[in-house]
Amino acid sequence: MTHYSILSLARNALIGHRGWSQVWRSPEPQSQYDAIIIGGGGHGLATAYYLAKEHRLGKIAVLEKAWLGGGNTGRNTTIIRSNYLRPESAALYDHALKLWERLSQDLNFNVMFSQRGVVTLAHSPHEVRVLRRRHFANRADGIDSKWLETDALQDILPHLNCSSKARYPILGAALQKRGGTARHDAVAWGYARAADSYGVDIIQNCEVTGFLIKNNQVEGVETTRGLIRSSCIGLAAAGHSSVLAAQAGFRLPLQSHPLQALVSEPLKPILHLVVMSGAVHGYLSQSDKGELVIGAGIDPNPSYTQRGTVNIIADAVRAVIELFPCFSRVRMLRQWAGTVDIAPDASPIISKTPVAGLYINCGWGTGGFKATPGSGHVFAHLLATGEAPTLAQSFSLERFVTGQLIDEHGAAAVAH
Amino acid sequence: MILISCPWCGARNITEFRSGGEAGVRRPTQEVSRQEWGDYLYFRDNPKGMRTERWFHRHGCRQWMNVARHTVTDEIFAVWPPHQAMPEFKVDDLSPAPEVENRPELRMVTEKDLP
Repeated sequence: MTHYSILSLARNALIGHRGWSQVWRSPEPQSQYDAIIIGGGGHGLATAYYLAKEHRLGKIAVLEKAWLGGGNTGRNTTIIRSNYLRPESAALYDHALKLWERLSQDLNFNVMFSQRGVVTLAHSPHEVRVLRRRHFANRADGIDSKWLETDALQDILPHLNCSSKARYPILGAALQKRGGTARHDAVAWGYARAADSYGVDIIQNCEVTGFLIKNNQVEGVETTRGLIRSSCIGLAAAGHSSVLAAQAGFRLPLQSHPLQALVSEPLKPILHLVVMSGAVHGYLSQSDKGELVIGAGIDPNPSYTQRGTVNIIADAVRAVIELFPCFSRVRMLRQWAGTVDIAPDASPIISKTPVAGLYINCGWGTGGFKATPGSGHVFAHLLATGEAPTLAQSFSLERFVTGQLIDEHGAAAVAH
Repeated sequence: MILISCPWCGARNITEFRSGGEAGVRRPTQEVSRQEWGDYLYFRDNPKGMRTERWFHRHGCRQWMNVARHTVTDEIFAVWPPHQAMPEFKVDDLSPAPEVENRPELRMVTEKDLP
């Protein structure tokens, strides 16, 4: 693997860029692995990377049914933040944020992580109260949060409609300065390249069709490219987790919904922060290319369409125009959806399963991208040791029997 | 636009309706174990294929109804009132992905299964 540096760039500039090597291999699947990760999105690739790097596991495979990062990793709005209400979530997402802060150096791949700041708006006295509660909870948990009154907010965001005559007037906002965005494709590619350099086999176009289970112990997976054996298997399949769990014979407390996003034509730099609003339900940022990246809500009914319905994006666009009237004539270029797996408490599930040797990492719902490094890091620990690390212990499947839920509905900036 | 044929109002836009989740989930009437209670509260089928579910005509007649919908195409195959049995319906040959997946029988997570 070529180490990327200013020197390798200069050298290749001189030789007509003929010196770059293939970024990762496309190996044939072997018959047996020490560990198999199902799902070649950010979470699965990060898991493989940390398994190889920190737990020194020998033979690891990542099985992806289509192409790397073609699921939710390539379909999100790239927002990164850790300002969650509950201490368990705040600790987990902040663990991820700390990994983001050195990820480009760690992977030797520029994931274009930009800590531009994330602003969450409050539009009513009740919302101010709820948001200030979260603001103080964040401060108590050691997560940076700054309260902004409307005047201060208007100074930072001159185009934001802070008029008291607005239909939903803005009464205040919480700012997490360490939050921001990253380039989603680069995250998948960076992890894939780094994992490959540790010898991880990344196998694309390889769909899992069943599990080989004997005496309640997983022994391998049936795939479209044949049987692959392993006694340690991790599911990181987001919206399709329920389908895989059903193949292994157990249920998950998940519902898969479409979540849509859209981007505008490129504009000159106009929006330097990520802006989120729960009341009008929209969130947006401006990409480095200049496009406005706008996130919508989920479709209320479960579906695997990866499409979503029009009225949902119409609502999101109305929300954006309510916040930024100057964007009313901006034309939209593309719209898409991902399939997000939502748990009853809107928190992830990082857990053992009823089948020994089979582990799950799912339920990230609408907020998985921001957690990518942290999710992979704790899941690798669970796969390598058989026990969840302290950070992830509250997120086991058992909480749906004990009732110890980690309720993050609504607390996660926008209510999905 | 997705249309749902309300048994009382006829075909209406999906935006008039509220999704009420999986059909046929019954609240346990007897003393149940923690697993059974957790299963009732939190675990729902999430099939990639045909699914029967409840819908509520929120901005219409405000009646509940059952709907058979394919979750890969969002195609709706039948709508029937809650007190009636599911009607027989044919999966249209022209439908893009009509096949319902054969899933293994689901079993509940029991306490001894859990870590």
